[in-house]
Amino acid sequence: MNIVVVGLSHKTATVEIREKVAFAPTHMDKPLRELVALEDITEGIIVSTCNRVEIYATTRDIAGGIARIKRFLTDYHHIPMEALEPHLYSYHGETAIRHVFRVAASLDSMVVGEPQILGQIKTAYGYAAEYKSSGIILNRFLHKAFSVAKRVRTETKIASSAVSVSFAAVELAKKIFGDLSDKTVMLIGAGEMCELAAKHFLNNGVRGVMVTNRTYERAVKLAEEFDGKAVNFEELFDQLHKADIILSSTGAPHHIIGPKDVEEVIRRRRQKPMFFIDIAVPRDIDSRVNKVPNVYLYDMDDLQGVVATNLEQRNREAQKAEAIIDQEIGQFFKWLSTLDATPTIVALRGKFEEVRQVELGKTLANWKDIEPEEQKRLEACTAAIINKLLHQPTSLLKRAGQGGRTDLYVDALRNLFDLEMAAQQPETEELGELEE
Amino acid sequence: MNALLFNLTMGAYFLATLTYLFYLFKPRPTLGRISHWVISGGFIIHCMFTLDRYLEAGHTPITNLHESLSFFSLAIVGIFIAFERKYKVSILGSFVTPLALVILLISALFPSAIAPLNPALKSKWLAVHTTMAFFGYATFAVAFGAAIMYLIQEHFLKNKRLGPLYQKLPSLDTLDEINYRCLTFGFPLLTFAIISGAIWAETAWGTYWSWDPKETWSLITWFIYAALLHGRLTTGWRGRRAAILAIIGFFVMLFTFLGVNLLLPGLHSYK
Repeated sequence: MNIVVVGLSHKTATVEIREKVAFAPTHMDKPLRELVALEDITEGIIVSTCNRVEIYATTRDIAGGIARIKRFLTDYHHIPMEALEPHLYSYHGETAIRHVFRVAASLDSMVVGEPQILGQIKTAYGYAAEYKSSGIILNRFLHKAFSVAKRVRTETKIASSAVSVSFAAVELAKKIFGDLSDKTVMLIGAGEMCELAAKHFLNNGVRGVMVTNRTYERAVKLAEEFDGKAVNFEELFDQLHKADIILSSTGAPHHIIGPKDVEEVIRRRRQKPMFFIDIAVPRDIDSRVNKVPNVYLYDMDDLQGVVATNLEQRNREAQKAEAIIDQEIGQFFKWLSTLDATPTIVALRGKFEEVRQVELGKTLANWKDIEPEEQKRLEACTAAIINKLLHQPTSLLKRAGQGGRTDLYVDALRNLFDLEMAAQQPETEELGELEE
Repeated sequence: MNALLFNLTMGAYFLATLTYLFYLFKPRPTLGRISHWVISGGFIIHCMFTLDRYLEAGHTPITNLHESLSFFSLAIVGIFIAFERKYKVSILGSFVTPLALVILLISALFPSAIAPLNPALKSKWLAVHTTMAFFGYATFAVAFGAAIMYLIQEHFLKNKRLGPLYQKLPSLDTLDEINYRCLTFGFPLLTFAIISGAIWAETAWGTYWSWDPKETWSLITWFIYAALLHGRLTTGWRGRRAAILAIIGFFVMLFTFLGVNLLLPGLHSYK
């Protein structure tokens, strides 16, 4: 049985294409059912996010299976094959396994290490499990992918540093203040960036928000949104000492805060540190403010510099992650290959033969006066019993191997008879992980 | 027995220094825990060494440079373990344990034989005065370590050079807090050490204060830390300024302890 992957991602297709082939998360039963109804496609999962649409499936016939899945994608979304095909990639065998492990571990993401993708795959798997389009192979495959992703997260620092400007600001604040729960953020001016950063600060537990704006009404409106306090712009310097973190993004053509102002404010605060974040262009805060003791000023360029360093670190960590994936692929591949019929038949026969020998040995040990002729007949008889018993399952397995669902029988036999095969069984994780 | 315990302590501190320095490069929680157990083990052995010596000599074993340096090192490790537990900053060990190790190594350079007690020191004040002084010194040594860390971290944040060390060091606030806590423990200890010393001087030498070099330098040290504490409580000397003062205070204190004993002749020059 082969695992195949067919799909497209932000690396191969523009958003215009991606949105055309996206699957609506609310109606996953229909495509999943159609997918596994395709000829020679036994199991299937559809992952559909804003950055990628991918189908994982099992098939006996690699080329045919891939072609049928491609056809399914175009038919389902009513797109001509010529329009879609150049954007599609397809993998099978080891490269398919590697691809899915890399996607789950967020190595293939637009922002390497971003955490959402794992949850999205878990959701996709949840649909497949619900509509019974995934079976033994994909179940174990996806669980393996989840555990690989988890290993990558815990053993590398791939997701440990902020890669967006507003997260970088929050991290810096934590390095300055430690605990943010008794800190107040002040917003000067309004802007999307500024509001986003303020939200991140609130999510990280800051105590309060103050908002000021040249038009007081806007300040009031924004303050309401954050459950904060509006401050008259003229009173900025009377109130500034109450703020620990200042987010500034006015449209002013020149500096509105200079080093002298800040020296005055910091004295009023008895040197309690202040963190100024200037996301306005042109800048609102004189860069000399950074020289005032216990004051830290970061402008847009500084924050972007932080993000760039973090991204570099992520890319270094990604290499460690690739090594982890290499290890895990080997393990999983071994398990997959044991799902073939022949080694199972051999192992099953071996197991029966072993039992026969042990029992025969026990009987003969207590049967002192047995004639050689009698012993021969006893052996022939027991061997015949085994052959008779195994005849039906063996021929069924062989026939199943030519075009049915061998893996079901193989897996059942392995469990029923506790068959040891060349490969070790990869650990399965509880489905409960889906709820994470 | 005594020498064995001393050598074991040195071994443990050496190992702890290695693991804590290694922790600086690979801050794995397991490594932090191992380091913590090694230094704690060393501390227990060091306590046993000190107790053994006390029983053997029959008086508080802080009467010559070998003993007092060893006790200084013991106090630093003790205070450090307490702070590490409270603030969960294993990385403080990367800065403090090397200091404790170096002080213990210097102590090993001085003769370790137990000499008969100098008659001037035969007093119940010996135990009080010396332990207080050394625990005071030790908290200032930990403050020194935290202050160095503060200055490094502040440098990173001001210059926007956020490398690997920046990520491993704790927040400025935590470091400043440790510095402040050390001050609030160390300052009263130093104060009581000076007062108990004065009382003892009155009973031993007949005068509370004789401007002996040790007394003078202790007073200078005391003024530095008093200024720091005062500045902190009134005008907010915190952060960088507090860190710099903690470093200056530490060096003046070291001179009060070692420089005076070794360089300036006076009543306190016990070698």
